[in-house]
Formats: sequence, structure tokens, C-alpha cells
Amino acid sequence: MSLPPTGQTVLVTGTASDSHTWNLVYLQLFVEELGYRVVNLGPCVTDDLLAEACRVHRPDLVVISSVNGHGYRDGLSAVTRLRRGPGRSDIPVVIGGKLGVLGERSPEAAARLLAAGCDAVFDDADLDALREFLTRPAAGARTAHRHAGSTV
Amino acid sequence: MSAPQSFGRFVARAAAGGGLVVQPRMGFGTPRLMRAGLERVRAAAGSTAGTLTIDSYTRVGDLAAAGAALAEGAALNGYPIATHPPAVTRELLDGITAADFPVQVRHGSSRPEPIIRALAAAGLDATEGGPVSYCLPYGRTPLRESVDNWARGCELLAELVPAPRTPHLETFGGCMLGQLCPPGLLVALSVLEGLFFAEHGIGELSLSYAQQTDAGQDAEAVRALRRLAAELLPPRVEWHVVLYTYMGVYPGTRAGADRLLEASARLAVRSGARRLIVKTAAEAHRIPTVAENVRALEIAAAAAALTEPPAAGDESADSEVYLEARAFVGAVLDGGGPVGTALRTAFARGWLDVPYCLHPDNAGRSRSVIDPTGRLRWSRTGSMPLAPVRRSGRVPELTADGLLAAVHAVARRYDHVA
Ligand code: B12
Repeated sequence: MSLPPTGQTVLVTGTASDSHTWNLVYLQLFVEELGYRVVNLGPCVTDDLLAEACRVHRPDLVVISSVNGHGYRDGLSAVTRLRRGPGRSDIPVVIGGKLGVLGERSPEAAARLLAAGCDAVFDDADLDALREFLTRPAAGARTAHRHAGSTV
Repeated sequence: MSAPQSFGRFVARAAAGGGLVVQPRMGFGTPRLMRAGLERVRAAAGSTAGTLTIDSYTRVGDLAAAGAALAEGAALNGYPIATHPPAVTRELLDGITAADFPVQVRHGSSRPEPIIRALAAAGLDATEGGPVSYCLPYGRTPLRESVDNWARGCELLAELVPAPRTPHLETFGGCMLGQLCPPGLLVALSVLEGLFFAEHGIGELSLSYAQQTDAGQDAEAVRALRRLAAELLPPRVEWHVVLYTYMGVYPGTRAGADRLLEASARLAVRSGARRLIVKTAAEAHRIPTVAENVRALEIAAAAAALTEPPAAGDESADSEVYLEARAFVGAVLDGGGPVGTALRTAFARGWLDVPYCLHPDNAGRSRSVIDPTGRLRWSRTGSMPLAPVRRSGRVPELTADGLLAAVHAVARRYDHVA
């Protein structure tokens, strides 16, 4: 069942080294059914391409998905570029999927992602948590505010 | 005196002795672990071939990231063959590669030149690829560029692996996105990529097909692939068919994973495939360990040994899969000209259209379903040269739950057998 339109845009993207797309096709449908407009950047999105897409589409949220096992590393590079690189942006960013090669969450790597400016790090089974993140009131505004405070 | 060794002749010799060659999809970042893995694969029970599966950074051509990850000690999802110096790779293979244990490089790069140079420099002859299949499922490279890169890649492999060595290339066209692509299109793509390789100077090939949802339909597909290859490849080209154990979402339980692996080994023997690339019980979760790879190889080899090979003579049936694959191949080759150009035209016009593929050079108007009997079928044919689908009612709208149910159908069936 789909929820009514929120009027907000979510950018769904793969990471620079990850070619998997079924995750992206799935997440697009999942997020659309929650009432968002989705821009799906597809696989193998370099850090610069992601930053440029954020500038062009001005999304309310970026959802990064990676399943190839390089997600912690590639995600860190993407978020760092987004928060610190040219045209730095405070758009909320969440990441999830199969982020490492060991099949289990790495608390240290997740902490590095959060420290670099990720608003949430999800595991591959955390779809309910993502749904909650997307449906709680004014999620975007609140996370953006948090970052406005931390980028000084 | 025996003929010089090659990947294809190794497989042919195993087949003559009644054995199916089994091979892993194994790859690790460090030479030490990679060598340990190959040693164990070589020693495994069964007729095994070795694999170097290459990491994602090297696949997308980001050699700087591969180098940086190694320097950080980060775990990679494969072996960075273009980053470790050739001497390191030669040393890791020393005493391992032999006439009775060839090693193949499997990657997934639409820009294969550095990988081909590195494997040839390390003394290896066999790899995998395809202008379409190493492009559409693997990123954003335009198809036009991938076709050019792979034309040059074939010629480079032929040049860097001179006689008496034999360059060997396997198509990935029989797999594409791993799931939900009806077999007729997979068979056609595998044959077309084989023709492309032959046109660009490769004389020894393997043609792939990946297990799908129904054993009967899959057996038709492997036979159709063998028949079309025999009909269309130049007689001077040596080839065999390689089956991939299921390439979509894999069963999550060990019992389910093992059952699906065994089913693929039986399918390989019954349909006349000569080699099987296995999946492990870790597939649904993470990169498998060496031990998990060896276990999968031995399970597959044992299941194959207990299966009767096909009786000769039933190869020429005009099955549904054969007719569909022939329609695709015919439509692509009809206009004449080089196979690479014909493939580009066919994708641009939507004659070939891979379902659920996001790549901008794929038309994206086709759709597939698993029918009530378990066979994979078209539910929308777009501009493909197929009879339009007869249907009672509308094709249901694609939903997140619907997609998840479709990609998990095989896993669910094998996980839940009592
Ligand atoms: C199909 C497949 C492929 C196809 C992909 C085609 C394509 N264009 O998509 C092909 C065969 C080409 C392929 C290639 C490779 N693959 Co692959 N692939 C798979 C496979 C079998 C199924 C993936 C799938 O379709 N899932 C269905 C979708 C809908 O689900 P999902 O991707 O799992 O995502 C779910 C969750 O993770 C979660 N999720 C995902 N993103 C996000 C984001 C957020 C915010 C949240 C909350 C949740 C979330 O939600 C989704 C729905 O449940 C998996 C193993 C498996 N699962 O059985 C391996 C797998 C993902 N592949 C893997 C690897 C390593 C590769 C390769 C690097 C080859 C290699 N070395 O083995 C290359 C990729 C090259 C590259 N440059 O990246 C590994 C990753 C290992 C790891 N993370 O530890 C896996 C797990 C297999 C394995 N065990 O080795 N692959």
C-alpha cells in the first residue's frame, strides 16, 4: 500500500565501486511507496557525481546502498566528499546494505561513517528502521538541523 | 608427445573421462590467502579448476583505490591483480598452475585492458568477459565503449598469450543480472558474445548459462546453447558449455544452499555442460572462506558423480528456449556487419532488452514473471522479436514486496523443502 505524497525528493544511489542494481531497484520502489519522489542514480556513482547530483536535484534525503563488501570504505569517501568537498552540503544522508565482507556489522566502521556526517547506518535487514526514519514527522528538517550545528 | 595444454583441453580431457570440472568463484585481497585458497581447491576431491576473482576497485578501473585499500589493510572482495606486481602474482601461482590445474581470471570489467595485461604477465591464459555482459550488469560505461574495449581486449589477449599458449575466453552473457531473465535471451547473448570473441581472434571459448528457476527449462536452455553454438560458431573454434550454479538471491540456510548446489550439478551433467562454477553456503551472507569454497566444490563433484549423463540423440529438439534464442540471434545478425555493431543496434532498437536492467543503453521495456509451473517467462516483450504475451488482465504494477518475492522465489523454495 502506498502512502500519500510527501512532496519531498529522495536520492537513491549506489557507491563508486558497486555495480549491484537489484538493491537500487528495490529501494526506489520502497521509498516511492512511502510517498516520496525518487531520483535513482544507479550503480558505480563516483563521489563527484553524487555531489553534483545533490546540487542539481536538491533532494531532502540521500539513501546510499552498497552490497559488494566495500560499502564502509566507499560510503565514508562519499559522505566525506559531500560534507567537506567543494559545494559542501548538509543534506541528510543514510547508508545501508551489506557494508563489509564479513557478514556482520562493524561498530568501528559504522562510527567512522557517523563521525564523517552520516545520519544513520543501517544493516541489510534494517528496512523497518529505514521506514521509520522516512515516516517520522519532519525527519529531514531535524537531521539537517543537527548538521547545521556540527559543521561550524 | 601430448598437445600443448590449454584451459579448453583440460576441460575436454575431464569430459572424456566422464568427469564434470568444478570451479569456485574465489577471490581474496592478499597473495597469501589467495595462494592458500588455490592450494586447497587444487587438493579438493573432484576435477577442479582454479579461479582468481578480481575485486571491485580493479573491475571499475580505480587502481588507486585498490592500492589505497591494500595499504590500509582493508579487506577486499577479490584479488587486485593489476595492483600486486606481476612478480607477486607469478609467485603466488608458482607450483600451483599446471596442466592438470588451470587457473582462470574472473572479473566483470567493461575496461579490461589492465586486467588482461596483468593476467598475461602472470602467465595465465584464461579469463571471462563480454561486450554486453561485462557492461550492462556492471556499471555505467556506455555500451558503445564497452564493445570497443572488448574488441581490443580480445585482440590484446590473443597477442599477449601467443602460441603454444592458448588464449581462452568465457562469455558472461548466460548470466547477465543473475536472475529473472528468461533463458531464451541468456542463451542468445551467450552465443552472440561467443561469435564476437571468435570474430576478434579468440579460438577457444566457453559459453555460459546460469541456472534459473526450473530444471526442465534450464536443461532445454543448455541444450539450445550447445546446438546454436554448433550451428553458428566457425568450425575452427573449440568450445564447451559452462553452467553457473544459481546467480540470484541464494538460499539463506545451509541445507537450502546445498540442495540448490546439488541440483545445479545434476543439471550440468544431464544437459551436457562440461564445467560448473559453484556457489557456497555463505553466498547469501558474505564472502565465503576457503573452507566453504572447498566444501561446495566437493558437494558438487559428488552430486555430479552420482548423475547419469544424457543418452545421445535428443539434442536436436526444437524446444521453446531454442526457438526463442534463435529468433533473438537471427534478429541481431540479420543486418550483417560486425557482431559488435549488430549488438549495439539491437539494444538501441530494443530487440534485446534485459528485464530490470537500469543501464541507460538498455531499453527497459521488457518484464518477466515466474509462471505457476515455475518456468521463467516474459510478461512484457517491448520491441523484442517475440510474439506479444497473451494475457488475461493487466500486468500487475511492480511493487517493492512483489520484486522481493520474485527475487527470493528460488531461495524460499530451497530453504523450505522439508
Ligand atoms: C545478483 C548478484 C550479483 C549480480 C548483480 C547484477 C546487478 N547489476 O545487480 C552479479 C552476478 C553481476 C554480481 C556481481 C558481483 N557480486 Co554479487 N551478488 C548477487 C546476489 C546473488 C544477489 C543480490 C540481489 O539481487 N539481491 C536482491 C536485492 C533486492 O537485495 P539486496 O541487494 O540483498 O539488498 C537488500 C538488503 O541488503 C537491504 N539493503 C540494501 N541496501 C540498503 C540500504 C539501506 C539504507 C537499507 C536500510 C537496507 C538496504 O535491502 C534489500 C532488500 O532486502 C548476492 C548474494 C545473495 N544475496 O544471494 C551477491 C553479492 C551481493 N555479490 C557479491 C560480490 C562480492 C560481487 C562481485 C564483487 C563479485 C565477487 N567478487 O564475488 C560482483 C560485483 C562487482 C562490483 N563492481 O561491485 C557479494 C558481496 C559480499 C559481501 N558484501 O560480503 C555477495 C553477497 C555474494 C557473496 N556472498 O560473495 N552479483
